This record gives sequence, structure tokens and C-alpha cells, in this order.
Amino acid sequence: MAFFLQNVINALQWGSFYALIALGYSMVYSILMLFNFTHGDIFMTGAYIGLGVATALLALSGVMGVVVPGWLLLIFTIVLAMMLTSLLGVLVERVGYRPLRDAPRASAAITGLMIGIILEYSNLAILGTRRLNFPTLIETTTYTVGGVFFTNKKILIVGIALLLMLALHLFIQKSRWGMAMRAMSFDYQIVPLMGVSLNVIAPLTFAIGSSLAAAGGILYGMAYPVLDPFMGIVLGWKSFVAAILGGRGSILGAALAGFLLGFIEIFTPMIFPSTFRDLIAYSIILLILTFRPYGFFGQAHSTQLRL
Amino acid sequence: MQLRVENLHVSYDRIKALYGLDFVIDKGEIVCIIGANGAGKSTTLRAISRMIPAEKGARMLFEGNDLLDYSADKVVRKLGISHVPEGRRLFGNLTVMENLQLATYARKDHTAIKQDMDLVFSIFPRLKERRTQLSATLSGGEQQMVAVGRAYMTGRKMMLLDEPSMGLAPLMMLGMFDALKEINRAGTTILLVEQNARLALKFAQRGYVIENGRIVLEGKSGDLLHDPEVRKAYLGG
Repeated sequence: MAFFLQNVINALQWGSFYALIALGYSMVYSILMLFNFTHGDIFMTGAYIGLGVATALLALSGVMGVVVPGWLLLIFTIVLAMMLTSLLGVLVERVGYRPLRDAPRASAAITGLMIGIILEYSNLAILGTRRLNFPTLIETTTYTVGGVFFTNKKILIVGIALLLMLALHLFIQKSRWGMAMRAMSFDYQIVPLMGVSLNVIAPLTFAIGSSLAAAGGILYGMAYPVLDPFMGIVLGWKSFVAAILGGRGSILGAALAGFLLGFIEIFTPMIFPSTFRDLIAYSIILLILTFRPYGFFGQAHSTQLRL
Repeated sequence: MQLRVENLHVSYDRIKALYGLDFVIDKGEIVCIIGANGAGKSTTLRAISRMIPAEKGARMLFEGNDLLDYSADKVVRKLGISHVPEGRRLFGNLTVMENLQLATYARKDHTAIKQDMDLVFSIFPRLKERRTQLSATLSGGEQQMVAVGRAYMTGRKMMLLDEPSMGLAPLMMLGMFDALKEINRAGTTILLVEQNARLALKFAQRGYVIENGRIVLEGKSGDLLHDPEVRKAYLGG
């Protein structure tokens, strides 16, 4: 039982990474019918931006000779990195996708992949091949409850991820921008007739998705401090799978599927050899998608009518 | 005059839809455009609300503003022209109330918004009962009420209506046109396009007849109703 609970916590941690990234894929898809294949690399860039912000904040507090508590540094790092990374998302929308809004979707997908490669290799060009370590903002404490070991970091990672998802949910349900996004996901051509500019809502969606990916990147860096320029590829694709599994364009689905992915990945090695992990895990997902091709919450809606 | 359209040509890809339309609409008028399916009625409305581009050489002046300088969302926001699109096109995943609220997205005049909302609910009391319901679950008639109410909430100077009678039962249809009269009395100019020519001409003060992308006839509604050509082509003899 203790062993099981231990793994539940691990699964929730990995699920948090996947869910935070998957949300960005789903949001962009739901309003623009577009898979943003740059998103995995935005996650990577967000992690590096977080690393830069954290390092700068630590240095600054060192120079000023004040001791800033770790949790405060973490909050500042997350907020600042989310803001900076959202600007990257806006830039990607403006430069990469907006000119292709009426182009075939395949062109947009290829452009997205190319921008991703550019991000990976500009990282390599600027920072070189050395691996950078995410600075320790919070010291690890290990707790034992009823034979279950867990660290403060894991709790913090899952807690922050859930908090961000709750904030996103409230934003989408309660704010007028969220309402415009929901409307756009239903019928984007009519949205301008409501006095809403697509050129506000589209970049806003990219900004929010990118900032969530950045938060995911920082939380990932807390758990696995060694960053590399290609870290966004595997995590990005897996989160993309989560977005599809949740149902294209479904926010709730993306979050739940992210966690489900975490569970499948953590629990598969309990039965099979660990080298079989992803093979088995993704075969299971393939099987689910065979029976539910639209994922958990996706609808087989026809593409919207063209005016 | 409130709206002057001159030399309006529109093409979809390579297919030409409008061949140089000219018409004017005065403030407070109810004007209809009638014509057969595919004559270019909807295209005319879409060109005015800037959903589709007009070809070079067109001039569209609304209260002294050149519509060609405005994008679709700005036509609504800055000029107060609303558009009820063909087929209603409600946001089915939003409630009735959310559909109406989204229409006020760009507005800051909070007291006026409340007054407008009250007016919409007084014209369509049914919507007040249904306000928490998802708009996709409404009947066709109720959906048309939301579509008109929503348009009224976006802008109140001029309302463009695309086939408001489509798919409605006869009684519902008459109720809808009564509601539009009320909206017009509240100060909104109305330009509607209809396949149901008899209904449209009884409702409007003036009419334009459009055929294959050209205006072929125009006049007072009463005159058009008695015009032998119109009777033969659109009123069933």
C-alpha cells in the first residue's frame, strides 16, 4: 500500500508536467484549429528563462546582502518567467502563424516545427553544449507518513500545477476574454461580429498556453535540475499525445489525460521491465484512441462552415 | 443619409458575386433587399460588415466614415453596425446570457448596456426565462431571438439581418417582425435581406430587387408589391 501511494505521488508529479504542457496545445487548437508544434520547445525555452530568472534573483539577493526565503524566490521566478515566456508565445503567433491563418493547416504545422528547431539550436548557439543546472531555490525535505516517503518539492509541484489549472479554469469560465475564447472555439468566423478582434484573442491564447508551459518547465527544473536544449522534444510529444487523448480542444480533457499519462508511465514499470515502459504505455494509449478516436471529451464536430 | 454604397463589386476566389451595387439608406429606415437564392443578398451584407473584402473602386460611407478603413470587429465596435448572420450562428456552447454578454465585449457604457439588456428582455421575455440555458438547446425561434438580441447588444445604429424568417413557423415569423419593428422604433436602422419577398416588403418601407449580383429594381415597398415583374418573379403571380 505504501509503495502504491508512493507511486501515486510520482504519477501526479509527472502528470503535472504533462498536463501543464498539454493545456497549451489544447487551447490553441480549440480556437485556431491548429496544432502548435512549437509548444514543446516553448516549454524548453520557458525552463531556461526560469533558470535565468532564478539565477539572476539569487545573484541580486546576494549582492544586496538580503536573505530572501526560497518560496518567495520561487514565486517570483515562476511569475516572471511566465510573463517573459508568454511574450515568446505572442511572437510565435505573430511571426509564425498569423500570416498562415488562411493557409492549409499542414503549412502551419511545418512552420511550427521549424520555429521549434530554431529555438533548440539558438539555445545551443547561445549557451553552448554545457549542461546548465537549475538553481536550488528550495531545499528538499523528506517526510514520512505511514511508510510513504515524499518530498516537499513533489507536493509543491503538484500543488502549483493544480492551482494554475484552477486559475485557468476560472479565467476561461468567468472573464470576458475567456468567454470570447470559448465562443471562438465554437465558431471563430462569427466572433468579429461581436466586436471581438481575433488578433487580440489569438495572441492571448498563445500567451496563456506558453506561460503554463513555462511554469511546467520551472517545476520540471525543480525536480530534474539538469536542462538541455532538446528536453522539449520528448516531453512535448508526450504532452501532445495527452492533448489528443483528452480530446482535441478540451481543456479539462487535456488536464485529466496529462495525469492519466503520468499514471500509466509510472505504473507500467511495476509490472513490466522499465525499458518496456514507453512501449507499453503508448501502446495502451494507442488502444484507447482506437476505440475513442476523439479522445475523452473531444467531439466529432464537423469543421465549421466557411462564410 | 446614413449609409451610402457605391460601385460595390465582390468576388469569392474567381467567382464574381456582386457587379457594382449602388444604394443608400437613411437613418431610421427599414429597407429590404429581395432576390432569389444566390443573387448576392448575403454577400452584400457581408461586404458592409467587412466579413469579406470589397474589390477596389468600391465606396461605402457610413455616417461619414469610410467602411473600407475598418475591420469587421471595428465596424461593430466603433460604428455600431450589427449583423445577424445567415443561419443565426449562435455560440451553442455558451448560455443565452453569455451570448448576450459576449456581444458587449467591447462596450464600456455600463448603464447603457443594462438598459439595452432590459430592452432585449422586454421584447423577448422568453429569453429571460431561458437565460441560463445553453443556446444550442433552444428552439429555432428562440435561437433567432438570441441572434437578434445579441446583435442589438453589439451596436444599435444599424442592424443587418440575413433571412430572419428562415426556418421559423409562420406565427413565430410574425412575432419576430413585430420585435424588429420595436427595435427600429428604439432608433435602429434596419437593412434586411429575405427570400420571403412578400413578408419583407410588407415590413420594410423601401426595397431593392437584386438579380445575379445587380440591382434591377428599387422603390417603395407598396410599389414593388404591385409591380407586375416582382409579382411574377417573387410573389407567385
